[in-house]
Amino acid sequence: MKGKIKRGEYFDSVTLMLVAKQINGIEGIADAAVVMNTEENRSILKSSGLLISDFDDAKASDLLICLKAENDEVAEKAMLQVDEVLEKVRHSIRDTEDFLPKSQETALGTMPDANLALISIAGKYATNEAMKALKKGLHVMIFSDNVPIEDEIRLKKYAWGKNLLVMGPDCGTAIINGIPLAFANVVNRGNIGIVAASGTGLQEISSIISNNGAGISQAIGTGGRDVKKEVGGIMFFAALEALNRDENTEIIVLVSKPPAPEVLKKILEKIKNITKPVIAIFLGADEKLFEGSKAISAKTLEEAAFIAVSLAQKKDKNSFQNIIVKRQKRIREIALNEVNTKTKEQKYLRGLFCGGTLCEEAQIIFKDLIGDVYSNMSSREKFQLKDSWESYRNTVIDMGGDEFTVGRPHPMIDYSLRNRRILKEAEDPEVAVILFDVVLGYGSNMEPAKELVPVIKKANSISPTGQISFVCSITGTEHDPQNRNDVEKSLKKAGVHVMESNAAACELSGLIIKMLSDEISKKEDPHGNK
Amino acid sequence: MAINDLFDKDLKVINIGLTSFKDSLEEVNVNVVQVDWKPPAEIDEKTMEIISSHGSYIEKQNEKSLKKILSGTPFLIDLAKAIDVIPGMKKNMILHAGPPITWDRMCGPMRGAIIGALIYEGMAENPEEAEKIANSNEIEYSPCHEHSTVGPMAGIVSASMPVFILKNEEYGNHAYCTMNEGLGKVLRYGAFSKEVIGKLRWMEAVLYPALKRAVRELSKIDLKNIIAQALHMGDEVHNRNRAATSLFYRQIAPAVIKTNDTDIAVEVLEFINGNDHFFLNLSMPACKVTLDAARNIKGSSVVVAMTRNGTDFGIQLSGTGDAWFVGPAPIPDALFFPGYTKDDANRDIGDSSITETNGLGGFAIASSPAIVQFVGGTAKDALNYTQEMYEIAVGENNIYQIPSLNFRGTPTGIDVIEVVEKGILPFIDTGVAHKEAGIGQVGAGVLSAPMEPFTKALKGLAESLEKKK
Repeated sequence: MKGKIKRGEYFDSVTLMLVAKQINGIEGIADAAVVMNTEENRSILKSSGLLISDFDDAKASDLLICLKAENDEVAEKAMLQVDEVLEKVRHSIRDTEDFLPKSQETALGTMPDANLALISIAGKYATNEAMKALKKGLHVMIFSDNVPIEDEIRLKKYAWGKNLLVMGPDCGTAIINGIPLAFANVVNRGNIGIVAASGTGLQEISSIISNNGAGISQAIGTGGRDVKKEVGGIMFFAALEALNRDENTEIIVLVSKPPAPEVLKKILEKIKNITKPVIAIFLGADEKLFEGSKAISAKTLEEAAFIAVSLAQKKDKNSFQNIIVKRQKRIREIALNEVNTKTKEQKYLRGLFCGGTLCEEAQIIFKDLIGDVYSNMSSREKFQLKDSWESYRNTVIDMGGDEFTVGRPHPMIDYSLRNRRILKEAEDPEVAVILFDVVLGYGSNMEPAKELVPVIKKANSISPTGQISFVCSITGTEHDPQNRNDVEKSLKKAGVHVMESNAAACELSGLIIKMLSDEISKKEDPHGNK
Repeated sequence: MAINDLFDKDLKVINIGLTSFKDSLEEVNVNVVQVDWKPPAEIDEKTMEIISSHGSYIEKQNEKSLKKILSGTPFLIDLAKAIDVIPGMKKNMILHAGPPITWDRMCGPMRGAIIGALIYEGMAENPEEAEKIANSNEIEYSPCHEHSTVGPMAGIVSASMPVFILKNEEYGNHAYCTMNEGLGKVLRYGAFSKEVIGKLRWMEAVLYPALKRAVRELSKIDLKNIIAQALHMGDEVHNRNRAATSLFYRQIAPAVIKTNDTDIAVEVLEFINGNDHFFLNLSMPACKVTLDAARNIKGSSVVVAMTRNGTDFGIQLSGTGDAWFVGPAPIPDALFFPGYTKDDANRDIGDSSITETNGLGGFAIASSPAIVQFVGGTAKDALNYTQEMYEIAVGENNIYQIPSLNFRGTPTGIDVIEVVEKGILPFIDTGVAHKEAGIGQVGAGVLSAPMEPFTKALKGLAESLEKKK
């Protein structure tokens, strides 16, 4: 074990994670950490046994490097490489770039008519920068998480008073004036406006709308906590009102995990005064709540998108039903084929998601089809996995959970953990279906197929049955930098059943499992047909 | 701009954080400015609360400080022996660079220079004896800065050393500095060999009276004017003084010739001509005399002294009187002369960072791209360093300008609040001394000031503001 402190050397966490990844790849290195000395990072180091006594007097502005190597020589060498890589990063900025403002004030000097601040620095500093921006009359999007909720309330109340947007904290995506911000897809412009307290929810709906010939006027993220009791939906309402006033928005879609009851009540109350059709999807919320409301409720993200598209095209809101019926037939055919290939042990489904909302939606869809599934993010204690790293029976995993993302980029960017998990699941002889999502767009992994195809091939080769069904959905459009069509083609070639939405992928996966279990019960029943 | 107005406008984004977001926005042709953000320094919340609650008062007081700095008019008016002019100077007193320090904590070069000074003063016969005296109660040590004086590197000034006398004509205050000995084995780097003492004796016997006559002949020399010109000629008047020395030479030469015998005039002029750093010992006191006028403005967070003694790095603020705020001095990132490495380097040393405190030196490095080559930097780096310093400066100079930044005034008046809040440290050009006495300069380079003195100073300022209540 070898450690080093670099005093006052600041690098952003993404850069450092890339450095650590490179160092971890060196032969003989068992583990490596290159992190800024924040309290959070210290606790990570501690838990991974990399917090050594040399680091005791380090300050928050110091960079910590710790290597676990098989011998001193390897450690020395790796340490030199860390220096080299960091130096390269530093100089690549310096040599090629013109002067970058070091503060928001100076940046405003060079762009006095700026109208939006996009903030993605560590959470504890984000409030200060956001407040500065609001005071200067800028709208704000806060990508950072770990912002205290009191700060969120303070920022949003202040913004409300000045009729400014605060998207976030923890807002991963938005589309303003057709421009994708942070993690967002390149979608057609159109007359549908979205207010979302759920990141992948917004991406899935906006992509499906775009892929089905309609478009987005504005897609405003609020951050997941906005609809919690404490914040009370301040920005949800501000965004809803803005879209109601916006000439280019004719239809409004609201998407969120279930809001706090009092916030939901207020939202439904508010919808009464909205002159435009409102489609609402509050994943897992009780249908009854919508009784007597003007809002059109949808069961899945896809359904919400389809209703919006129908209305945008001035058709009946149910006009998409025939597409669904056709698809159900197709799904049934695929499922039958897949079931025929399975051994009698194969009966479980493993869903590995990078989109949190998509994982949540999967649980809801599966509940109706095959009963509750286990998850690291289950809303029911009974189905909460004891160990997120070990699947049990039918399991869906949100790879964006804290246990997977501390010290690592989000799984939408860095596939490595999920790739490993796919291989692990493939080794389980009881696994029949591996379901996963691919989220495209700016910010996400730029070469999803290139990373996934070899993993799927390997999974097939190491699987004891060799007969696993791979099912996936792609959230994104053909205009995304990764190009949906290309990704789909490559994955299909690798034998993956690529579905047009998360709902469809879940339906197919669930149906295969359902058919398998029906078959088992038939076999067990001596009076059955077989 | 109301939310709905935003919908009608082109997005113009300030991106604070992940650069990949900026890249994505540029790909879809959005106007975006990236902020190269750094976390603020660690400091207690109470201090920040006090400081922000006095925000507008501090701003007003800083304006006053800045005005005094900008309107300062440093002139060279005379030369004299230290004992005769430096306030508080005593026969047994030795002035040194940096914040206060005792013999036991002094670094090698500073001890070496003191040994040299004691031999020069005739207080010791040899180094061993000198060391004994130096380590006794016989000698009183005091920082140059507390006596209107500055000194490069070890900054040692003893009673009989001749010094330049500068006057800030606008405010009437004075400042003092010894004459520069040139490069090679010199006292300021801790050398004390016979050769070193011999040169000091020559300076006292020949150079000093000759220059004194010449300066008196001219009555005064406008140093602000020379510095302003030198900035247009590739100097930043800390690590590069070639142009300023030449300009000074042009002014003084006729007077030296007029007031001295030819052979002395030749000797003196050749000495100045042979030492590119001769003007450093004028640019430093010029900055000192300018900044001293801005001292003692209550509530002002402007730095009026920033200096190192080879062990500690200390600063003083306008708003906190005589208090020093100190932390360990760093070792500079340097280009080392052949045969030397960072292991040979002493911690940063010298009062010469008074130039940065006055918005010159590292703050004006954009005027002097030759200097960044010391650390393998590019001309663009030089521009970037200076531009970064505007982030922590109270204002811009009205006389000192940077041609390559379209004659923008140099960043002037370090604001300790900005330093702490933005996590941006003053950038300093520096020479590097060998950590052992007597070896001399081993390199030159650049470094950032350490954060500790600045966070301490801000706390000190907050306490002084609390007392005021």
